[in-house]
Amino acid sequence: MNLWLWILIACALAYLTKLVGYFVPAKLLESPRIMHVAGTMTIGLLASLTVVNAVASGQGLVLDARIGALVAAAVALWLRAPFLVVVISGAAAAALLRLLGWG
Amino acid sequence: MSGSSPPMKLRESPAFKIAVSLSIATGLYGVSFGALAVASGFDFWQTMVLSLLLFSGGSQFAFIGVVAGGGSGVAAMTASALLGLRNGIYGMQINAMLRPGGWKRYISAHVTIDESTATASGQSDPDEQRRGFWTAGIGIFILWNIFTAIGALAGDAMGDPKQWGLDGAAVAAFLALLWPRLKGREPWAIAAACALATILAVPFVPSGVPILVAAVVAGVIGWFSHARMDEGLEPDVDPYAGQHKREHGGGK
Repeated sequence: MNLWLWILIACALAYLTKLVGYFVPAKLLESPRIMHVAGTMTIGLLASLTVVNAVASGQGLVLDARIGALVAAAVALWLRAPFLVVVISGAAAAALLRLLGWG
Repeated sequence: MSGSSPPMKLRESPAFKIAVSLSIATGLYGVSFGALAVASGFDFWQTMVLSLLLFSGGSQFAFIGVVAGGGSGVAAMTASALLGLRNGIYGMQINAMLRPGGWKRYISAHVTIDESTATASGQSDPDEQRRGFWTAGIGIFILWNIFTAIGALAGDAMGDPKQWGLDGAAVAAFLALLWPRLKGREPWAIAAACALATILAVPFVPSGVPILVAAVVAGVIGWFSHARMDEGLEPDVDPYAGQHKREHGGGK
């Protein structure tokens, strides 16, 4: 078994997967219904990415310092903090909780 | 660089600022990939090729994770490919937003990842979407590869990036990108449904797939909510068009 071979195949597949999305016919994208679906999908993907990064650990669900990051970010956003401040609040909350020995 | 309307200074562009902070937070994480890959038995160039050519964090960690766990190359490749499927959906969305033409789409495809798509999606102005996508895509590509190399060379000497809260930064960044879209009842309902679908899916499917499940849930909701919205409002559909086509054995 040659590891190099599988690495290169994985690279090719990753690129082709990304590229395929760009070749979905333009006509489809002009339909208002498809555009509406693209909008709801954006919300769904962002919500899912947030949750996955907050509580997933492989195939397990864990409550660790990342929950603190989620809460800190939500508070910062609610206070209308700019993006960078929100991100730093998240990182600081997670780092602090770990320093205190949780998660 | 002269046009009818003066270009916005990059530093004043909100999408640019978001993209730069995301690039730094994500790029730094490359250290942990580099260190982990070398610790799992990959050599320096194998590690670098994964960051340069595969370039999708989740898939890269999956690939080395399977090998580190004693899995075969085929299994590593399968896990990585499965995890990368969502990038196909991202490609569709970026294409709908930016419509890159010619050779540009071949480059934009390569930098179509969670963060670049999320940065673009978080903006409503097309110019901002473009700035956000390219800045995050290229910025992360450069930093991710530099820090992969540092991690691969320095190994574990730098400590766990979790200690610096970088995983918390990712959570905060994705929430911050979602936040401005949560205006009104439907977006909240979709976000809640997809968050729930993700949590329910995590234990049962390989990592990376829960995001696809959420995408399907969001797509189905969007498909049907659009139908509801449009009841009696869509005059441009000729109910007989399909029939004519069929009768005459073809389209126009």
